[in-house]
Amino acid sequence: MASPQAAVAAREDRAAPRSEYLMEVERVRKEFPGVLALNDVSFKLKRGTVHALMGENGAGKSTLMKIIAGIYHPDAGEIRLNGEKVRLESPLDALENGIAMIHQELNLMNFMTVAENIWIRREPKNRFGLIDHAEMRRKTEALFKRLRIDIDPEVEVRHLSVANRQMVEIAKAVSYDSDILIMDEPTSALTEREVEHLFEIIQDLRGQGIGIVYITHKMSELFRIADEVSVFRDGRYIGTHSSKDVTRDDIIRMMVGREITQMFPKEEVPIGDVVLSVKDLSLAGVFHDVTFDVRAGEILGLAGLVGSGRSNVAETLFGVTPATSGSIAIKGRPIVIDSPNTAIRNGMAFLTEDRKETGCFLVLGVQENMQVAVLQEHFVSVGIVSERELASACQSMSEKLRVKTPSLFERIENLSGGNQQKVLIGRWLLTNPKILILDEPTRGIDVGAKAEIHRLVTQLARQGVAVIMISSEMPEVLGMSDRIMVMHEGHVTGFLGRAEADQVKIMELAAR
Amino acid sequence: MATQQTIAAAPIAEPAMRRRRWPQEMSILLVLLGVALLFEVLGWFVQGQSFLANVSRLQIIVLQVSVIGIIAVGVTQVIITGGIDLSSGSVVAMTAMIAATFAQSSSWPKVFYPSLTDLPWFVPLAVGLAIGAMAGVVNGLLIAYTGIPPFIATLGMMVSARGVSRWYTNGNPVSGFTDDFTLIGDGLGRWAPVFIFLGVAAFFHLAMRYTRFGKFTYAIGANVQAARVSGINIRAHLIKVYAIAGVLAGLAGIVLIARTKTAQAGMGMMYELDAIAASVIGGVSLTGGQGRVSGTVIGALILGVMISGFTFLRVDAYYQDIIKGGIIIGAVIVDQYRQSRRAKKS
Repeated sequence: MASPQAAVAAREDRAAPRSEYLMEVERVRKEFPGVLALNDVSFKLKRGTVHALMGENGAGKSTLMKIIAGIYHPDAGEIRLNGEKVRLESPLDALENGIAMIHQELNLMNFMTVAENIWIRREPKNRFGLIDHAEMRRKTEALFKRLRIDIDPEVEVRHLSVANRQMVEIAKAVSYDSDILIMDEPTSALTEREVEHLFEIIQDLRGQGIGIVYITHKMSELFRIADEVSVFRDGRYIGTHSSKDVTRDDIIRMMVGREITQMFPKEEVPIGDVVLSVKDLSLAGVFHDVTFDVRAGEILGLAGLVGSGRSNVAETLFGVTPATSGSIAIKGRPIVIDSPNTAIRNGMAFLTEDRKETGCFLVLGVQENMQVAVLQEHFVSVGIVSERELASACQSMSEKLRVKTPSLFERIENLSGGNQQKVLIGRWLLTNPKILILDEPTRGIDVGAKAEIHRLVTQLARQGVAVIMISSEMPEVLGMSDRIMVMHEGHVTGFLGRAEADQVKIMELAAR
Repeated sequence: MATQQTIAAAPIAEPAMRRRRWPQEMSILLVLLGVALLFEVLGWFVQGQSFLANVSRLQIIVLQVSVIGIIAVGVTQVIITGGIDLSSGSVVAMTAMIAATFAQSSSWPKVFYPSLTDLPWFVPLAVGLAIGAMAGVVNGLLIAYTGIPPFIATLGMMVSARGVSRWYTNGNPVSGFTDDFTLIGDGLGRWAPVFIFLGVAAFFHLAMRYTRFGKFTYAIGANVQAARVSGINIRAHLIKVYAIAGVLAGLAGIVLIARTKTAQAGMGMMYELDAIAASVIGGVSLTGGQGRVSGTVIGALILGVMISGFTFLRVDAYYQDIIKGGIIIGAVIVDQYRQSRRAKKS
């Protein structure tokens, strides 16, 4: 087995590539307690190509990428870089071998500047051995110019938007002069324009002979940007195709092993009375004079670019950030929602945007995650929880939502994203809500789980729940909503009925 | 087809479901047994006698553990919320001093409140618990409403409460308690503190597992943002948890003076650190959301056995402290290691 040093040397010898492939992964196997995450998986990356990885959450893509990035070590199998067998001991080791990974969850240090983040551990030094800030700034500017990124290198990362942080991550990865770039759902937090920009960057990098592994759930991106696509399912490698030779349906079939006939199983359901009525709702400095009604059985889509105030409206409705003015009425009765607790007691439920930050209790079990909201009002007498009934309610909810977990005691952090999301939806469904607010309910979730969630939302609407759904994915908003409210910079810019709405009209209202 | 999917995944998932989870307490219990056996063996070699086969030594161990243990039960809950309580030792002293002045017998020559002597035992007890609760509520209010870190809030309380305990009698000790009152510390064949400790521990162990209060405490420690969105009133809950920690520190103060029959302003010095150490050794994670009261009880016993064992082996008191520091750090390292292993799993 070659030492990493040998591979580094081989890498410097770029002029004479020994192999057609930048990287070959052969029969890799990885097992976690109770889960076989990768089962004899092979994968090859050609130089100068974008290689998309697709598969449902839990299919093994992220595990494979973590092995390639040196975070996990395979139980069996081998990795060859440029024809040379290597063993990657750590992420640092991978970096030195020319493999850089841009993580799904951002890994920047918030209180350091952009430049410091990019050059960390490699800071340019002046002759006294101290960090040369001017030089660091110059290098950052040069890097940004090359990537056509417009961010001040001296600003602290915490002041940047999520999208800009993503750009900094990408710039950082590029700054290592890597041969292989791994991007794990890089567009999940980006607006359409930023996605365009990212694609331009990717194309430039591809032109320079870099191989890019691109994990995504978005079919449209796959056909836009990828040269090849490999599909995984349940820890197994299913196949690799040139993206020119496959159709969307082919890929879906490979991913789920079943046909998905309808992506958005929207049903026409009888629309009832007004359940939630919002008038002139404002949160000073964030959004202003938001007025709308939602009826029983209706799905109100909330569209707008990131930063338009969509999520803030949801948070205010639910009492996370109480309104500074305006009024809210539920079934005609005016109420003041000053805390999430008040909202829950009035029959509201709120699936937040950020699963990890405001959703999951990562170190707790599946049931402990699911039970927390319903315990506000049910399954408790004089403070004592009726364990048996609670456990059976959680059990049947998790069966109903088809949560894949070894047991209800399994820590939620060991579940895939789609299953985590199902647990969180279960948390709210246990409370039997009348008004359900969903903020990006299918972000970072595989196609199969996505369809299940859409079906569930439709089903809830049929039962008379009023649904407010925020989504950055146009097809989702268009496919699911009865009505769409569009926001732009903290103001409602218009409503579109299901029949009249299309992508162009939404964008006109959202981008002004 | 959809059902086939779930069936296909099942064979992999099933073994984990069947595998009985090894309770974390078991491994800590093994550590306790190991430590006790180590001293037993060393005892025969160094002292030529048994360490364990000595009832009065064992009684002293559990009596000493009781006071720290009562505090640790409260501190454990605070740590599970993701906080810390540095004030317990000083609160012990403050409640001890104040409660002591309500527990004096009229036969004692130097009485603090001449008109308030020979009161029934529950008066000083209630006073002590109330003082402890007040200190805890102040901690909780500071943390919940000003947003200052628990470390700082309780550090302030630690200094101030110690000041109160000195100011209250100008630094003079208080003694001469009624016989009624001292029964709290040496009744039931001198085992009273142990029963109080075990009662408190059992009560909160069950409360943490089977009440809404307990479940919400874990939720707050695991992710305070998610807990808030799930409808938990974080402020009210934190105030309750710190109040409980204060009440238990107060109770520990009462038990301590009832046993030693005197109250001094310097009492309870560094008890907060022993209580935190007992929790951490018992597997309570300083990052919050994880740990059990039963673990803390075993953690406190481990500390007690070690101190007694070192004394038995005639290890110098200075060395004892040095070693104790090492053990606390060792326990945190083990905790971190466990955390990182779990994180890698995901």
